[in-house]
Amino acid sequence: MTPAPVWKNPIVRWIDYRLPVFSFIHHQLVDYPTPRNLSYWWNFGSLSGIVLVIMVMTGIVLAMSYTPHVDHAFDSVERIMRDVNYGWLIRYVHMNGASAFFVCVYIHLFRGLYYGSYKAPREILWIVGIVILLTMMATAFMGYVLPWGQMSFWAATVITNLFSAIPLIGEPIVAWLWGGFSIDNPTLNRFFALHYLLPFVILGLVFVHLWALHIHKSNNPVGVETKSAREEIPFHPYYTIKDLFGLGVLLFFFLCFVFFAPNMFVEPDNYIPANPLVTPAHIVPEWYLMPFYAILRAITFDIWFIPAKLIGVIAMFSSIVILMLLPWLDTSPVRSARYRPIYKQVYWIFFADCLVLGYIGASPPEGWYIPIGQIATAYYFGHFLIVMPLLGIFERPLPVPESITAAMGMPKEAGR
Amino acid sequence: MIRFGLVLAAALGLGVTLSAEASEAPKAPAQAWPFNGPLGTYDRNDLRRGLTVYRNVCASCHSLHLVSYRHLAGVGFTEEEIKTIAAAVEVEDGPNDQGEKFSRAGRPADRFKSPFANPQAARAANNGAFPPDLSVITKARKGGPDYLYGLLTGYKNPPAGFKVLEGMNYNEYFPGHQIAMPAPLNEGGVEYPDGTKSTVQQMAHDVTTFLSWASEPEMEERKRMGLKVLMVIFVLTALLYGLKRQIWAALH
Ligand code: HEC
Repeated sequence: MTPAPVWKNPIVRWIDYRLPVFSFIHHQLVDYPTPRNLSYWWNFGSLSGIVLVIMVMTGIVLAMSYTPHVDHAFDSVERIMRDVNYGWLIRYVHMNGASAFFVCVYIHLFRGLYYGSYKAPREILWIVGIVILLTMMATAFMGYVLPWGQMSFWAATVITNLFSAIPLIGEPIVAWLWGGFSIDNPTLNRFFALHYLLPFVILGLVFVHLWALHIHKSNNPVGVETKSAREEIPFHPYYTIKDLFGLGVLLFFFLCFVFFAPNMFVEPDNYIPANPLVTPAHIVPEWYLMPFYAILRAITFDIWFIPAKLIGVIAMFSSIVILMLLPWLDTSPVRSARYRPIYKQVYWIFFADCLVLGYIGASPPEGWYIPIGQIATAYYFGHFLIVMPLLGIFERPLPVPESITAAMGMPKEAGR
Repeated sequence: MIRFGLVLAAALGLGVTLSAEASEAPKAPAQAWPFNGPLGTYDRNDLRRGLTVYRNVCASCHSLHLVSYRHLAGVGFTEEEIKTIAAAVEVEDGPNDQGEKFSRAGRPADRFKSPFANPQAARAANNGAFPPDLSVITKARKGGPDYLYGLLTGYKNPPAGFKVLEGMNYNEYFPGHQIAMPAPLNEGGVEYPDGTKSTVQQMAHDVTTFLSWASEPEMEERKRMGLKVLMVIFVLTALLYGLKRQIWAALH
């Protein structure tokens, strides 16, 4: 690490001597050494972070006009849309922002899968990332409940009821989650409190994620560590400008939805106020939870004395937890799929499998959808538990370049 | 835990049969709404006529409680017009400093007056069926304005062999085809101040336009702002791309 510059401004120097914030920023964001060969897939980490900040900011403003009460929540959201200055803009940014957040995070995650970013020494970095994903899901789910429409209410009912599958203590846990014997005002109140809290937990987790990242730095498309200073470039200006450009592209697409199709991802039923007496024909979560919903519903049979529902719940949570074990389930020493001819294909099969699960999650569980969902679920787990461990043993990787510069076809440096 | 059984049934299977039944109704054909598309706006004459239909027909059963009279200013009604429209209803207010409720003429800041004091009264007057609030109706149904137009023009004689229950009406586009609402629009049912002939199609078109506005009063501003914002972002992003190329070109 190059030493921080000597700060010219006396106030900055005074502060930095006592609390080195300026040096910290300089080391972590300005001269932070980054592999020179990162592709645009590496933009999605910082993009996710920016979307998180947008979500927190719009969320705080929304909370100023939102009323967490079963009799007023629905109307208060519509009031924001009609009577708060630019309330419709803030709400639509927040609502579609959740989708944008998951788009960025899923691309970021699949980038990591392709280039083996989870492998040593970045296991903890990866695990923290999965914990962020889990927290995001909880946050998004509770946010979905707040407008107190039909889907809000019934999604809350279905999801909280999952906990009743836990033997013995299941029912008390559900009552405890609800704050009563049915989903009612106490439930809405605590969901609001938690929905406000969890994003700050995510911010804390993101800090830990970045901390771990900055220890061993970014992986890169070649998948070998940087070996010389020539392979590294300072974050600023190279990646600051690249990230800014990426942000422009993301904002363009994102705002197309916000301004021209703001309700594209919403079930129309959620514009019907919650009614505990009328069950919607088709209860579905938001698109980003569909694959996990499909896994939950795939288990339609009891195994021995364990009821189907409990297995479904376990399968759903395992499908995320298993990602945390991936650094050990993947036995191949090669990181990047570029040099793993079979994994490269397996990767796309797995990707397609996730799409199938998403499609099944959105479809009613009937006819062919059921066996297809079951096969896709079995493959999902098979990918992690069978394919990944065996592939590392039997796959014959292509020769891995000895360095990034070698992979880029740059001449060897003299005298190093 | 009876509730739970129901829910799981709904989530894991039962709901399916329901939805299979409910989705029997054909999709209402798409209409060429002037407010479609990225530049579309609400036709002001359609809107005015639609308000007439709502006030004279739908308002006797359906509330519109998220819309205030003053919101009409957003689509070109003058202050005087709004005052007149609001003053046409009596609203209950109070308590006054004697502690008594009193009624007064409506004001622009009031919400559109609801026809019934509470849902029970609404049901009692409608054979047990509840006429839903129409404030967000086009956002709350698949197909939005097309569905609404289809519903209002979809009253037909039932096909041979179809049993319509007592007090219900056959409608081509309503899920399940049996709706408690009697055909609300009849040829010549309202008298338009602008002299337009009030056919069922015309009234359905107009009131759908009005209710689409009620559901998304921000739409015109949203699209206008969207166009400007996207243009700025497009140019900015192009410039950033140029800058990125330039900065990276210096790298050897
Ligand atoms: C005589 C009272 C009455 C009048 C007048 C009336 N409605 Fe209804 N409406 C009802 C009732 C009752 C229902 C509930 C129907 C049901 O659930 O079967 C209903 C339901 C609806 C629905 C919901 C359909 C759905 O998909 O669930 C819409 C939309 C609607 N009315 C629009 C209108 C419009 C627009 C007008 C004016 C042109 C109007 N109604 C006039 C009584 C009325």
